[in-house]
Amino acid sequence: MPAVSKGDGMRGLAVFISDIRNCKSKEAEVKRINKELANIRSKFKGDKALDGYSKKKYVCKLLFIFLLGHDIDFGHMEAVNLLSSNKYTEKQIGYLFISVLVNSNSDLIRLINNAIKNDLTSRNPTFMNLALHCIANVGSREMAEAFASEIPRILVAGDTMDSVKQSAALCLLRLNRTSPDLVPMGEWTARVVHLLNDQHLGVVTAATSLITTLAQKNPDDFKTSVSLAVARLSRIVTSASIDLQDYTYYFVAAPWLSVKLLRLLQSYPPPEDAALRSRLTECLETILNKAQEPPKSKKVQHSNAKNAVLFEAIALIIHHDSEPTLLVRACNQLGQFLQHRETNLRYLALESMCTLASSEFSHEAVKTHMETVINALKTERDVSVRQRAVDLLYAMCDRSNAKQIVAEMLSYLETADYSIREEIVLKVAILAEKYAVDYTWYVDTILNLIRIAGDYVSEEVWYRVIQIVINRDDVQGYAAKTVFEALQAPACHENLVKVGGYILGEFGNLIAGDSRSSPLVQFNLLHSKFHLCSVPTRALLLSAYIKFINLFPEVKATIQDVLRSDSQLRNADVELQQRAVEYLRLSCIASTDILATVLEEMPPFPERESSILAKLKKKKGPGKLPDMDDSRRSVNGSTEHSENTDTTNKGSTHSFTDVLNLNSTPSSGASLLIDVFSESSAPPAAIDVSEENFPRFVCKNNGVIYENQLLQIGLKSEYRQNLGRMYVFYGNKTSTQFLSFSSSSPPQLNVHPKAADPMIEGGAQMQQILNIECVSDFRDAPVLNIQFRYGGTLQNIAVKLPVMLNKFFQPTEMMSQDFFQRWKQLGAPQQEVQKIFKAKHPMDTEVTKAKILGFGVALLDGVDPNPANFVGAGVIHTKTTQVGCLLRLEPNMQAQMYRLTLRTSRDSVSQRLCELLSDQF
Amino acid sequence: MPFLCLFMQFMLLFSRQGKLRLQKWYVPLSDKEKKKITRELVQTVLARKPKMCSFLEWRDLKIVYKRYASLYFCCAIEDQDNELITLEIIHRYVELLDKYFGSVCELDIIFNFEKAYFILDEFLLGGEAQETSKKNVLKAIEQADLLQEVRYVIKPTWEQCQVSFCL
Repeated sequence: MPAVSKGDGMRGLAVFISDIRNCKSKEAEVKRINKELANIRSKFKGDKALDGYSKKKYVCKLLFIFLLGHDIDFGHMEAVNLLSSNKYTEKQIGYLFISVLVNSNSDLIRLINNAIKNDLTSRNPTFMNLALHCIANVGSREMAEAFASEIPRILVAGDTMDSVKQSAALCLLRLNRTSPDLVPMGEWTARVVHLLNDQHLGVVTAATSLITTLAQKNPDDFKTSVSLAVARLSRIVTSASIDLQDYTYYFVAAPWLSVKLLRLLQSYPPPEDAALRSRLTECLETILNKAQEPPKSKKVQHSNAKNAVLFEAIALIIHHDSEPTLLVRACNQLGQFLQHRETNLRYLALESMCTLASSEFSHEAVKTHMETVINALKTERDVSVRQRAVDLLYAMCDRSNAKQIVAEMLSYLETADYSIREEIVLKVAILAEKYAVDYTWYVDTILNLIRIAGDYVSEEVWYRVIQIVINRDDVQGYAAKTVFEALQAPACHENLVKVGGYILGEFGNLIAGDSRSSPLVQFNLLHSKFHLCSVPTRALLLSAYIKFINLFPEVKATIQDVLRSDSQLRNADVELQQRAVEYLRLSCIASTDILATVLEEMPPFPERESSILAKLKKKKGPGKLPDMDDSRRSVNGSTEHSENTDTTNKGSTHSFTDVLNLNSTPSSGASLLIDVFSESSAPPAAIDVSEENFPRFVCKNNGVIYENQLLQIGLKSEYRQNLGRMYVFYGNKTSTQFLSFSSSSPPQLNVHPKAADPMIEGGAQMQQILNIECVSDFRDAPVLNIQFRYGGTLQNIAVKLPVMLNKFFQPTEMMSQDFFQRWKQLGAPQQEVQKIFKAKHPMDTEVTKAKILGFGVALLDGVDPNPANFVGAGVIHTKTTQVGCLLRLEPNMQAQMYRLTLRTSRDSVSQRLCELLSDQF
Repeated sequence: MPFLCLFMQFMLLFSRQGKLRLQKWYVPLSDKEKKKITRELVQTVLARKPKMCSFLEWRDLKIVYKRYASLYFCCAIEDQDNELITLEIIHRYVELLDKYFGSVCELDIIFNFEKAYFILDEFLLGGEAQETSKKNVLKAIEQADLLQEVRYVIKPTWEQCQVSFCL
């Protein structure tokens, strides 16, 4: 190609670069550079006007110095001058300097923009390209302001050269990325979409990227691109490899364009048009078939390009998640790659399978590769590949294989790379909790975690095990015994001391009957670790000691001696000293009763999402975790989008079914509820749902919800934050038995009924308890379905349960000033809902007050200047969020009307609350 | 909605000794950040063994890299982006350099760094492939060269010639 060393070009630059390379030390290099900088500065400042060539040479030297990592604070003006040179090479160097060195807020931007404008209108394609490249490289807001409306015109003009179109498309893409608001959409969109039909494959390649970006912003405007993209893709995958000439890369037809088209299609759900859909399916099948063909070349470039298209096709198949055969084929193909000799392919197969694991169609198929993946964990030599294997095991884990997967992860943890230990610890902790059927296994697993990788067990993990042990009384004795045994080890991790101290302090009494773990033995064991621990752990142990004093009066004196010692009472650490002093004093003066009250066993923790999951998500970034949701991704692309956004927005939300709810496994969400009741409880035929008494329960919690000649159903309910408990009383009004009695409710709101007796005697009453959890804000109340046999006929009754959003209110007291400040903050139009309505009941102030209180908010006095008005505030608690709510009710006695105004941070909540409350007056 | 317009974040070329030879950033970052990223990444990649896989997770990005003779080519892409096609982007760029310089080696890129940038801009723009045909890219560069007063590439003869990338 180009000739070697001809003419005298920029010999000065070459000499300078050589000099730098010959420098023996860093100091010599810096010295040489400083000498050069001084030289260039004097040239630029000198009286003699520099010619274009010298300017170019010096600017180029500055660029080189900058790229070596030195700061450059001059020369910008000279570079800008070069832009307006009509010599191509000078202009080119000017643009290069600007692209690399000018940041967006430079005050030269106006001059630069002027030069760019001149080149854009020059009609010289080479100059136009230089200008477009510069805009695309800098991409600043000022440039977007100046050119965002001009570039679409260049892009779609009939006489624009192909190469300029390509630059213009990607230039527009860059501006849309940095300043989407400035890129106008409009009449040109249709013509841009049409670029997919362009004869020039380079234009199509550039345009596809642009369309993909713009389609994110306005999917509807670019809908027509789907059919064009499918057509184009179909032509590419069926073409003979020579058809596309230079766009064929190592016998693969247009791999870059194919990948881009497949990606564009991932912006949309599967095509609705049947013909188009089957054409796309054919394309995807062809791509999958090609993977089985013998390679056309031994070069790695051939297989890479071919597989790049294949992996993108699989990504589209997973995105659509609607063709079970394709999903299973994709899974099989990846299964082959799992054992491929190319490390890269094994890595990618593991990665891609992770997403396949979350599709209900392919989850089982992925599970068949478990042994291979476990083997990868043991034998892969590259840590990044092992990491992928860990991720995949986590994604494919469910109740059926949890024990094996957790065991394998634990054993891998013993030798795992330090860089990924913490993540594995979190994953094991989550899986152990999520799939724990018996909690002894859970406790064992976590203690093993601490034993194997104690340093990587974060606070979240050991807090969580304590929460679980405290909330589940069936595991407390086991936990106490197990930590006691684990603490026997001569060297145990401090985290174990923390867990042990806490658990023995609470539940040590459960094992104190055994002389081998008598109170004194327990205390001595804990105290033997005391001096090896850090201050926070010692503080925790001191609390455990005072709990011991309450649990075991027989060791009181021993512990008091310890507390009284100088090393405690005069400890240099304030916290430790204070605890020692206070606990000692408490143990001396308090009566046993007071001591027992103060040091009572910890109350159960409120049910909440595992903080471990939140941590893992934070670590991995939102959206990167395979969804462990009940709702394995549902059928078509569009709903999946909304779900994905959901999880991303709320960060860590409902995707983790809290085990403490004793909820079911992800895949069998509904079935477990049915199992609990009689096996005959097939969903009852459609019957009318009784809801006549429903409104009566908006402002109260107790009463009769349903009554007919046979049966009366009464309710008593209580709510705390996002949890509720409802007692349902079924009264048999007849004198004969109800047989095969069953009741069930759909798993909305996580309603968990405890089993009801299958029979109610004549005249008797039976009670059933429903535990309710509000996951997020909702409209529809759950329906209770009741079936029983009376006098030979099957009775079906459906009652709408009065579980409404306002039940999850916690009242909030606040001062007038705070109220108005918050009222203003919630000023967006959709946050406020107002309704004016006629009074249905006599307008009595006291009754109204009672209703508002019953609604769940706090009544605020003295806030509204008009004392006749009512003002209230409260917070709705759901598992995922809390929604603050302010309301105001203005009665108009004369007109017998009310005006109700509600403001909350969420429009759906405002709307629902307004409907509920306005019906009450 | 998942973010599907994935694009390359940056490309770095550096030597086995860790010297940066070319840097191209497709996301706006301060000089300080760029330096920090470069330092960390060069260290990470150089520490890897030859037979390891060409991809690694780094911060929230994915790094795709390949070594040609003494030079590492290293691209950062988004997590969901296509690793293999990125690997071939690197290869196509190396082919372009090779064709243009004729048996390209590290020194060509050092002494003609501006050319390396121009070729890259014709091939990739805004982190996206603009023109994947080798012929078309080289045609564009040749046309530009014709506009030059003197067609000239410095081929250092006074230094010991280095190993070419051997395509």
